[in-house]
Amino acid sequence: MTLAPATRAPAPAPAPRGRKGAQARSRRREAIALVMPSLIPILVLSVAPLVMGLALAFTDARLVRNPDYDFTGIENFTRLAGNSFFWDSLRIGLIWTVGVTVLQLAASMGLALLLNSGLKLQGLTRVLALIPWAMPPVVVAIMWQMIYSANGGPLNAFLGSVGLPDDINWLGDFSTALPAVIVVGVWVGMPQTTVTLLAGLQQIPQDLHEAASVDGAGAWRRFTAVTWPSLRPIVASITSLNFIWNFNSFSLVYVLTEGGPGGKTMVPVLFIYLEAFKNRNIGYAAAMGLVLVIIVVALLAIYLRSQFRDDRAGQGR
Amino acid sequence: MRVLLRPAQYLALAAYILFLGFPLLWLVSASVKSSGELNSLTVSLLPDQWHWSNYSEALDRQGLIHSAGNSLIVALVSTALVIVIALPASYVLARLRGKVRAAGVGWILTSQVFPVVLVILPLFLILRTIGLSDSLAGLTLVHTTYTLPFALWMLQGYVTAIPVDLEEAGAMDGAGRWTVLRRIVFPLLMPGIVATAMFSFVSSWNEFFFALVLLQSPENYTLPITLNMFIGGEGKVALGPLAAGAVLAAIPSIVFFTLLRRRLTSGLMAGAVKG
Repeated sequence: MTLAPATRAPAPAPAPRGRKGAQARSRRREAIALVMPSLIPILVLSVAPLVMGLALAFTDARLVRNPDYDFTGIENFTRLAGNSFFWDSLRIGLIWTVGVTVLQLAASMGLALLLNSGLKLQGLTRVLALIPWAMPPVVVAIMWQMIYSANGGPLNAFLGSVGLPDDINWLGDFSTALPAVIVVGVWVGMPQTTVTLLAGLQQIPQDLHEAASVDGAGAWRRFTAVTWPSLRPIVASITSLNFIWNFNSFSLVYVLTEGGPGGKTMVPVLFIYLEAFKNRNIGYAAAMGLVLVIIVVALLAIYLRSQFRDDRAGQGR
Repeated sequence: MRVLLRPAQYLALAAYILFLGFPLLWLVSASVKSSGELNSLTVSLLPDQWHWSNYSEALDRQGLIHSAGNSLIVALVSTALVIVIALPASYVLARLRGKVRAAGVGWILTSQVFPVVLVILPLFLILRTIGLSDSLAGLTLVHTTYTLPFALWMLQGYVTAIPVDLEEAGAMDGAGRWTVLRRIVFPLLMPGIVATAMFSFVSSWNEFFFALVLLQSPENYTLPITLNMFIGGEGKVALGPLAAGAVLAAIPSIVFFTLLRRRLTSGLMAGAVKG
């Protein structure tokens, strides 16, 4: 994929311009040989399945011993249009994704600003903030199941001690399950967002803030006039990445609730997994996957476009 | 106003520390509580008595050690594979300039946000066709492939940091390309190789989705799958051993990530800002 034009790369010892031919060919062969070992697994186990996934969406493939299937055109998609469970899961998935992404950004921004303001305990907070990111998702889910436990869970115990209702079945109740799962998503995703924002904050020249202070700007005004505009490009890219990661995230919700109670936390990725590996409808599930990808790409395009337009407007000022 | 700011900031920081740290503290505390205390309705942060027996019980039951062994094999082999095949490719990627490099980097970043749901179904079929679907070998290949993009990204960053002059100097002294790589480039890359290897190991050790789909026989389960079976298991769950198993499963990742944090951050930063 990246091979042929490799000849244009400046080699460690650049060849004189006149004798390009033979040397360039040998250099190209060398580059191909060096890249091949990476390219083969990627082509076989990641590009090929992606292409096959697109193709399967137009078939009636089933997960059976004898994988015999037919091309069925857009039948999967017309069937999907009438599948209200799928659309429910899409709605839940959007609430989950937007909820986690927005709260992640807000919480991480707060933490990054705090860490950047010269408080003590920075070291502790930074290490602590990185741990959720490192932990296996299964362990995170087990841990939060204990926190949320209706019998003897610390969250209910705390609520009881301050006089609030203390018998909430956080992950088992229709109204609390999705918010409870979103909080865990925020907990997991905060570290990465925080360190990225913190790095961005540290790149803002200090004298910009000082100049604003001299002009009499308060803390909030300094944030909106100096900090936020400087962070905009970073915020745009981490928001996009977080959005896709959260939309595609599976393990956490699967282990926490398996989509329950009553499908209230059935995010689309989970729905597709069950359709493929429990109901064994591979083709139908692939069609769902394709619809999902199209929706994510479309939403992302709209978001990035709005960012781009704002940037241009900003430059015009 | 000014006077109030610092205390308010410390209060906010304390809230963050509580939010980030309390779940961990609770997990560790649960792992040393007796089952009587875990099932009682009085809730306390620290155990009355420290019960280390949960750990030995966790290790005794339900093939936890066996699946930890599986996880270790898959993670070690896929890490070795990742390094061996990513090293030469990252060198080419780092020394390229212009559109080709941009395309390579663009692909690496795109692959970070791959729609895994769309890939997993055919991936399962492909592995089944070549007889690797319910096997550690198949899972190892999948982990290798899906760790590659980020590993390439990290490694090419380290290669870029090595001055081309050094290689030219080697070439002037009459060393061939291979000798230059072996004597000059690879030794300077060692810190990058170690960091990338640690990252690959943790990715594989933590991985859940592929393992869930690809493995069916309990003797092939990796640690995350076995831990999940603990919860989904029939009847009442023994919380103490479950918490102990979870702590054990998290230790390697936490140790490695704490060592690595600076390098991972700068790698992600570059990705986030340029992406």
